[in-house]
Amino acid sequence: MSAPKTLYDKIWNDHLVSANEDGTSIIYIDRHLVHEVTSPQAFEGLKIAKRSIRKPNFTLATADHNIPTTNRDEGISDPESKLQVDTLEENCKEHGITFLSMSDKRQGIVHIIGPEQGFTQPGMTIVCGDSHTSTHGAFGALAWGIGTSEVEHVLATQTLVQTKAKNMQINIQGELPLGVTAKDIVLKIIQTIGTAGGTGYVIEYTGDAIKSLTMEGRMTVCNMSIEAGARAGLISPDEKTIEYLKGRPFSPAENEYQSASDYWLSLASDEGAAYDKTVNIDASDIIPQVTWGTSPEDVVSIDGLVPNPEDESDETKKKSMIRALEYMGLVPNTPLKEVKVDKVFIGSCTNGRIEDLRAASKIAKDRKVADHVNAIIVPGSGLVKQQAEEEGLDKIFIESGFEWREPGCSMCLAMNADKLKPQERCASTSNRNFEGRQGRGGRTHLMSPAMAAAAAINGKLSDSREI
Amino acid sequence: MEKFKKIESNAIPLPMVNVDTDMIIPKQFLKTIKRTGLGKNLFYELRYDEKDAPIDSFVLNQDKYKDSQILITGKNFGCGSSREHAPWSILDYGIKCIIASSFADIFYNNCFKNGILPIKLDESEVAKLQKAAENSLSFTIDLENQKISYFDKNINHEVSFELDKAKKTSLLEGLDDIGLTLAKVNHISDFENKQKSRTPWLYSQQIK
Repeated sequence: MSAPKTLYDKIWNDHLVSANEDGTSIIYIDRHLVHEVTSPQAFEGLKIAKRSIRKPNFTLATADHNIPTTNRDEGISDPESKLQVDTLEENCKEHGITFLSMSDKRQGIVHIIGPEQGFTQPGMTIVCGDSHTSTHGAFGALAWGIGTSEVEHVLATQTLVQTKAKNMQINIQGELPLGVTAKDIVLKIIQTIGTAGGTGYVIEYTGDAIKSLTMEGRMTVCNMSIEAGARAGLISPDEKTIEYLKGRPFSPAENEYQSASDYWLSLASDEGAAYDKTVNIDASDIIPQVTWGTSPEDVVSIDGLVPNPEDESDETKKKSMIRALEYMGLVPNTPLKEVKVDKVFIGSCTNGRIEDLRAASKIAKDRKVADHVNAIIVPGSGLVKQQAEEEGLDKIFIESGFEWREPGCSMCLAMNADKLKPQERCASTSNRNFEGRQGRGGRTHLMSPAMAAAAAINGKLSDSREI
Repeated sequence: MEKFKKIESNAIPLPMVNVDTDMIIPKQFLKTIKRTGLGKNLFYELRYDEKDAPIDSFVLNQDKYKDSQILITGKNFGCGSSREHAPWSILDYGIKCIIASSFADIFYNNCFKNGILPIKLDESEVAKLQKAAENSLSFTIDLENQKISYFDKNINHEVSFELDKAKKTSLLEGLDDIGLTLAKVNHISDFENKQKSRTPWLYSQQIK
């Protein structure tokens, strides 16, 4: 019998085209997601070198990063954004790539629509010119973000030249307390291992608390693997995975579904497989988390205080804490629950799925958004939006005082008109609290959808369990 | 891609940790459909105030570093998004070598695709080089021999660095990655045939 293998080892072996003399490997790429921001230079490169696209039908494209979330029928008013989106559409047309345009109800954030369409499947290698491609790892697919040169490489060859990463296991044992979510798990993980903790690794999330998550929750966890430094995060496929994918447009047909499912289940990490590193976290210790600073590792529990740089012994860390606190306009030792917010953003590839909107709507129902707060809900895709409307969630939000928008990346990275003004403070369900991420001078606190909705209602950071 | 040649230049000291790709090149500059012209917006929010006027205290605005080809910075440089606009803006500015104690994976990889050499050194070594950079000393980066050297008070200092062999060759020879892979197209076709019989649903799935 062969040695026990991890899920990552198995997918790697199943996609090995050839081993190069220099220690690198050519790895086959099963599916490629393309969006408007990181692709134009790749298509241009192909044109200059007179190269064609190897597998247009393994490629799916949409516009998500810089499209408006209001007045869609007026088109894109920013000429640069419009040129980028039009360029993608033309490139797709020229090369026979499926493009979901802004007017298609299946349009949305690439990492939401991949799984939603069944384009994402266990055991696949999936890439996209976007670091949050790690999201698809929730299905047991090896999925990672690439730069534009590699986008071009995949378009031309359907492969990438890679060096194998190391295996890291993050084991979340035990049961998650009531009112604590996938977002709280992943923020806790990033706080524990740091933003460079996963550099050089592919992370596999294991343990009862991970198994008990829905597919949506698993996607939230895998999505932020990159914030922990890992290019990819994985969860072994199980019955929930198989159930989720059944009957989706690009899922295997009925007559092939059984053999596909058998293969998927066989990919789960073997008992006794070796990891280069294992981190254990007890789920019962996790309470709702928020970030206080400008790095996703700057995490505290909602019942905590803004940290004090004076307590930090490492000089470099102390300096960056002082800088972060100044940028964030926060005073050390202030209780987090006293921090007032101006804006609330619920959406993104981290938390823009139906389950996220349901969680936020439970908090919003029969309550009002605080007078001084502007709160927006941006569904992750047209289909998420449609589903939410069928469930009446839009009405709950609108009655409560939230704005109900069209799908896209929106204020997660503020490439479109949705952005913070300098010094504005935002409770956000997105993935990055970097300086200027949501608009120059804007101050971002990352948290779960329920927590963001609670902040909207109370007008300040709040514990969603107390509402 | 241009071949990587020996560099002789002073170095820009930027002693910050976790410099993210939003800091390197903010989103408003990602709307371009070209690879060039991004250098003037490198480190935009650190470099210019809200009225677009240069912030004098920021290192890139100091005359003596105007033509530097080397950047010396803190750990986890380039964390965040996969945007290749980050290395494009660095290269367009004229920087061809970045020295730090660690780099984020995607950024690190993107550098090699653009002829930029990222060098990883121990934190203590980086700190020494930062000091030398602050004194505006001239550095030589010799990729062939994997050595950084500089003169300080008439003493020649040499620092060796490690680098993956494949990456080194790719920079020195300015290799076309796609061309190299396409030379093995038979392997790719063979793989596809094998995969088609092993997991046929990957090929029958119709994308319309």
